[in-house]
Amino acid sequence: MSDPTPGLSIDSDTGVEVSLPVAGPGVRAYAFLVDWHVRTILALAWYIVAALIFNGGFRLRAPLTNDARWFIWVVAPTFVIYFLYHCVLEPVMHGRTPGKRIAGVRIAARDGGVPSAGALLTRNVFRLIDSLPVFYGVGLIATMATRDHLRIGDMAAGTLLVYERADTLAPPPAKRRADYPLDPAGAEIIGELLERWSTLSVEARAQLARRALTRFAAPFPPLATAPQDDDAGLHAQLQSLLRGASIR
Amino acid sequence: MNTSRRQHALTASFMQRADLWREALARSRRLAQGMTEDAGDATRMADDYRLLAHDLARARRLLPDTRTREYLEAAYARAHATLHHGAWRLRAALLALFRDDIPAVVWWLRPYILWSSLILALAAGAGYALVHRYPELIALFASPDLIASVDHGRLWTEGMLNIVPSSVLSVQILTNNIVVSLFAWCAGFFFGLGTLYILGLNGLMLGAILAFVSQHGLRDQFLTFIVAHGCVELSVMCLSGAAGAAVGEALVRPGTAARIESFRVAALRSGKLLAACGPLLIGAGLIEGYVSPNPRFPVSAHVAIGVGYWLFMVLMLSGVLFGRRSWATVR
Repeated sequence: MSDPTPGLSIDSDTGVEVSLPVAGPGVRAYAFLVDWHVRTILALAWYIVAALIFNGGFRLRAPLTNDARWFIWVVAPTFVIYFLYHCVLEPVMHGRTPGKRIAGVRIAARDGGVPSAGALLTRNVFRLIDSLPVFYGVGLIATMATRDHLRIGDMAAGTLLVYERADTLAPPPAKRRADYPLDPAGAEIIGELLERWSTLSVEARAQLARRALTRFAAPFPPLATAPQDDDAGLHAQLQSLLRGASIR
Repeated sequence: MNTSRRQHALTASFMQRADLWREALARSRRLAQGMTEDAGDATRMADDYRLLAHDLARARRLLPDTRTREYLEAAYARAHATLHHGAWRLRAALLALFRDDIPAVVWWLRPYILWSSLILALAAGAGYALVHRYPELIALFASPDLIASVDHGRLWTEGMLNIVPSSVLSVQILTNNIVVSLFAWCAGFFFGLGTLYILGLNGLMLGAILAFVSQHGLRDQFLTFIVAHGCVELSVMCLSGAAGAAVGEALVRPGTAARIESFRVAALRSGKLLAACGPLLIGAGLIEGYVSPNPRFPVSAHVAIGVGYWLFMVLMLSGVLFGRRSWATVR
């Protein structure tokens, strides 16, 4: 059975290795569903707009006679949008699609870099096999059965799907003074608490704030003016602590 | 200074570099998305990569279980991906593909092309013999409409252009052919059996229909219909089958490499040939939609177009059309 948290280890010229977490079947399915909706909506939108323009009124049906212009301007682009969505977007967006972007994943080559256009096209052509017999049955079984959660297209192209955390992780707290003595881990906890402040109930944030102040502010001298212990006061104390205002 | 205080000072000074990391990540994003062509940005990216590697190593020691380390790992991975993404020069890449890579793949696939052509020919012979001996078996290979049309003494292609415009017909045909061609390649994944099945089925159908129309005295008309587009269409079928067979053999006999690695190499290498098959099938589809069913073109024109297009395919696959001088450099 497959390892629940596999990763792609990247060797680099710098000697510092990094491991990219490999995306599993769940996030793959999520990204695919988002993409499926996007391309379906785009294809339908094209069909509706083109049909309305072609028919010159509110009528979406094809003309009764075989009209080449209807086929070329209305039908063919609809199918092109639907079927070439992945083939075009993945090379253009360097291994990403809107669905993959929303799911926080990207296609990576074995060296962690962006796969070549040939590899991305190969990966997409093998959807013909992965989609067999219905609903990506072969691909789904393959992703569940292989260690790196690869579908057949990934095996053929030498690619895998990895989480792209750089777009989803918040950057570390802003620049601080060199004598700032608050532990960065503590600063992160307080920073996150302040970020989540408005989403928490008043009781919950008061409790968390007092706990954080007891843990991180206790070793330092108190503020010049006595802080209030109400909601606004606790918020101000946390902000001061994060800025280093209580430490002199 | 005690150890804890020193550690705090180190981490605090380390955290002062946060703006540099943010800038490095932003630059990496800009370059990856092609939003900048500034040479200075590209040069600084190399410095950023070293900076991020250095700081990541420090973060792993100073702040092992923090979001800062996670952020640096993500930024470093992003920078790595940006730096290791080769420049995408479409025109140069396409020229190299058609001039150098595809002829090399064709040369490599020679035995597979021979075998897949043989299989297609044998299957066509078998289909012909079957229907010649047991005419009722045509129902296995052809649609009721086709059979009814031939039974009435005319090809199903007659008057086709009165029903379907050439453009529509061409797009339908070329789409179908491209899908079959791609499937013949991909189906090599089933240890080559899928490719064998597709080649065999297409050969059987061709032979069976040829026998059926011959029995009704329509052979010459049928050959006139298929000669213009069929020379290239059948050749491309053999080429796709050869590529699929190579994929299948890589799985059956991987050699010293791991099976999955052997499969990957064969798929990526043979897949280049499909880049030539696609345009060739588009051309064949256009001929089949505009020329083949059109009675205004004489037989000689059908033959000339068929042979000419086939020669064009040979020149294209040999790379001569794109400036290659000889096969010597392919081998």
